[in-house]
Amino acid sequence: MRKHIGMGVAILASAVLLAGCSTGGGESTETEQSGEELTVWVDANRKPAVEAAAKAFEDETGATVTLVEKNFDDLRNDFIAQVPTGEGPDITVGAHDWLGALVAAGVVNTIDLGDKAGEFEQVALDAMTYDGQLYSLPYSLETIALIQNVALVGEDAPATFDDMIQKGLASGAERPFVINTNGQTGDGYTMYGFQTSFGAPVFVQDDSGSYTNEVGMGGAPGEAFATWLGANGEKGTGYFSTTIDYDTNNELFNSGKAAYTVQGPWAIASFADVEVKVNPIPSAGGQPAAPFVGVQGFYLSSQSENTLLANEFLVNYLGTYEAQKALYEADPRLPAWTALADEVSSDPIIAGFLASSKNGVPMPSIPEMGSVWDFWNAAEAQIIAGADPVSTWNTMITDLTAALEG
Amino acid sequence: MSLKQEAVQASPQLDDGSGRRARESHARNWRGLGGGFVVKLVLMALINAFGVLVVLSAYRVENWFILVGMVLIVAIADWVYFAKRTIPLKYLLPGLVFLFTFQIFIFGYTAYIAFTNYGTGHAGTQEQAVEAALIQGERRVDDSPTYPLTIVQQVGVLGFAINDDGTVRVGSEEQPLSDAGEMSGSGAPAEVPGWDVVDRAQLLSDKELQQSVVDLRVPMSEDPNDGSLRTRDAVTAAVYTSTLVWDEQAQTITDTTTGTVYHATDRGTFTSDDGESLPTGWAVNVGFENFTRLFTDPDLAEPMVLVLGWTLVWSILSVVLPFALGLFVALVFNDPRVRGRKWMRVLFVLPYAFPAFMSALVFRGMFNAEFGIINDLFFFGADINWLGDPTLARIAVVWVNVWLSYPYWLLVCTGALQAIPSDALEAAEIDGASKFRRFRSIILPLLLVSTAPLAISSFAVAFNNFTVIYMFNGGGPSIPGAPYALGYTDILISAIYDISGVSGGAADYGLASALSIISFLFVGLVAFFSFRQTRKLEEFQ
Repeated sequence: MRKHIGMGVAILASAVLLAGCSTGGGESTETEQSGEELTVWVDANRKPAVEAAAKAFEDETGATVTLVEKNFDDLRNDFIAQVPTGEGPDITVGAHDWLGALVAAGVVNTIDLGDKAGEFEQVALDAMTYDGQLYSLPYSLETIALIQNVALVGEDAPATFDDMIQKGLASGAERPFVINTNGQTGDGYTMYGFQTSFGAPVFVQDDSGSYTNEVGMGGAPGEAFATWLGANGEKGTGYFSTTIDYDTNNELFNSGKAAYTVQGPWAIASFADVEVKVNPIPSAGGQPAAPFVGVQGFYLSSQSENTLLANEFLVNYLGTYEAQKALYEADPRLPAWTALADEVSSDPIIAGFLASSKNGVPMPSIPEMGSVWDFWNAAEAQIIAGADPVSTWNTMITDLTAALEG
Repeated sequence: MSLKQEAVQASPQLDDGSGRRARESHARNWRGLGGGFVVKLVLMALINAFGVLVVLSAYRVENWFILVGMVLIVAIADWVYFAKRTIPLKYLLPGLVFLFTFQIFIFGYTAYIAFTNYGTGHAGTQEQAVEAALIQGERRVDDSPTYPLTIVQQVGVLGFAINDDGTVRVGSEEQPLSDAGEMSGSGAPAEVPGWDVVDRAQLLSDKELQQSVVDLRVPMSEDPNDGSLRTRDAVTAAVYTSTLVWDEQAQTITDTTTGTVYHATDRGTFTSDDGESLPTGWAVNVGFENFTRLFTDPDLAEPMVLVLGWTLVWSILSVVLPFALGLFVALVFNDPRVRGRKWMRVLFVLPYAFPAFMSALVFRGMFNAEFGIINDLFFFGADINWLGDPTLARIAVVWVNVWLSYPYWLLVCTGALQAIPSDALEAAEIDGASKFRRFRSIILPLLLVSTAPLAISSFAVAFNNFTVIYMFNGGGPSIPGAPYALGYTDILISAIYDISGVSGGAADYGLASALSIISFLFVGLVAFFSFRQTRKLEEFQ
């Protein structure tokens, strides 16, 4: 009797197995509902804003938009790795300085804004243009500017670096000026305003404003900047120090120990304890200071199987005032949509950053930019720490030129 | 036959010759409810079902590697668990499957990448590089207006119909744009004689049709230099010209505006005769170049020699110092004269509970030359440049690692010390051996028997201890003139991370993979020789 029950259970189990197999097969032949599917990669900040535009798109075309949330820092490498395999998304959000790497990997498609191009800030379009072709729909800008403690030094913008130091010293604060050097790594990005005021841009710009491959920070202007940096470094006046990293910088400014600092709009939230005024970066070398401008936008994959829908979504849904406003509200940055930028300029802090961006230049996005940062940051950190400015700078220029050619 | 005889026949009794009946495994047992067998059947059914699912999915996406691999794994699993004699394999198989999937396969793939130049500028296949070049070369003609567009078709051939300022013009791939009537208004043409209009709903639901529309180029006229019409959203069209032309026979891309011819090289780039290259390349096999680059490229070789030397020193110190400190503390706490041992042990083991990641970051703040608490409290406010000076940075990071690792050795040594027979120690004491002599000749060798394998594995872990090195100082003060921002406290693994470009620089996955393999070989050799040396310790048992 028991043996029969045992056999019976075994037969039942096999029947279940076979039934499971057949239902599995049945499910896979079910067809999808309406239309096609778009995959968009966003990060946590931008997801709610893109959701609103996606909803409108889904209602009008019947396609489904799938938003995949990823870490912003992972987006670039994952996009380059996955698109060639065919498993990538159709659209991704990204920063403009990825453009060189994305073009070198062949993973982005060109975008045609047509008449809409007039609605965007020119610097945003320039940043997203490589070799004359536009590759992305921009939506926000960011730049750094001089931030000053109103209680200590008032609201007036200092004319030059020395002027700023004088005012800082006169205010009685522990340090007149503090700036992030990223510790031992160095931060060429934050120092760039001062560097351009010596007339030493990282690359020479051609007539249309794009960067050539010619290194422009060598020669006498570069050496002048390096000498000035060394003079103000740890062995000199001490205003630049490798002991100051991002958090230390913000802490010193926020506690009133420093009168001036140079930072971007993302740091304003850390300065809750002081009243701030945002002004353009003062010149240190005589020429106007032109800080780096970073642009964020949406890229289109070159291996997308839904190019038509993706273009439609990008240009006609994300490229509208409503969607740009939703993006601004979800993640407040300087808008690239001119009408919106004018609207939000009523906030003096935003107006200050916008004014700084008017003088700014886009970060170069050539594919070799990665090695440029490595050499450049390291050289600046060494100069600030006390190495001989001129020889360190010139060695860096030589290494950089060799790496760009190699 | 009676039920009893059937039962006896159904489950044969194994006789191992000593007269006892060995019990058959309950997984093969049909007796009674047959519970064991049913459980095994259900589990194997689940595994087989999973295998079938994976095989079907792999078939659908045409990934033959996964398909064949899964078939093999399922077949082997079925054989192992249903055969009688594969008893050891039944225990080992899950471990082996995971070892294969997560270690051996990854190792094989890394080895494959190490022989290519996959990285920045060499991301896809040659086909994709050509596609990308053509995309980059197709430019909108400067003064091209934006025409309202309707998609039309005629006998299966797709065409564009535009409203050119009141004139309807229509054309297809083969047939250049020609006039086809007049219309009023500024919208897209609603109907075109001789052609059927493709409405938007139909377009939006057909993926292939969409791709054809996006790929379609309608010549403006018989002259190719006038460009062709192109649409991106099927609502408007504009005139584009292609400046790059791909010749598959000759494997060249020609720039029609300047006449430059770019040849496909065996390095995976399109390069012209004067050395200019198109930005997009493809990944090619470069043989052993990535391995020899370490020795032949002087810019890379110098800092890498420093890095390699420091990695060895770091690994040895990271084993010896925590072991010594842990053993010392364990010996101290072993003595019954020490008061409050229970609480002290907990306190001393505490660093082991902190995540290494967090501790390294906190120590970085503490070692800050100007604001750090270590300079303030222990060195009376001196500005000792812990993070900026190469030697001091190395001392600091070794200190952090010792702080993090010694509790592990404290625990291990405490256990191992209990296992040492006290009578041997007493005998030595009676014979007049000093404390140090007892330690050196009795305690240490017996301790090493059990801890030597741990020391070897600890060496391997320290060799690859990316977290502490990278979180503490990002590789340390940079070596002047080194590429990839290599620094004085960089060990091989963090150097590989910098070279691989994952953190944002120029990526060279081929070189990084080759260095990973060299690192594996190195650690493997050291471990192999060390294990052979530990055999000598067996004589102490």
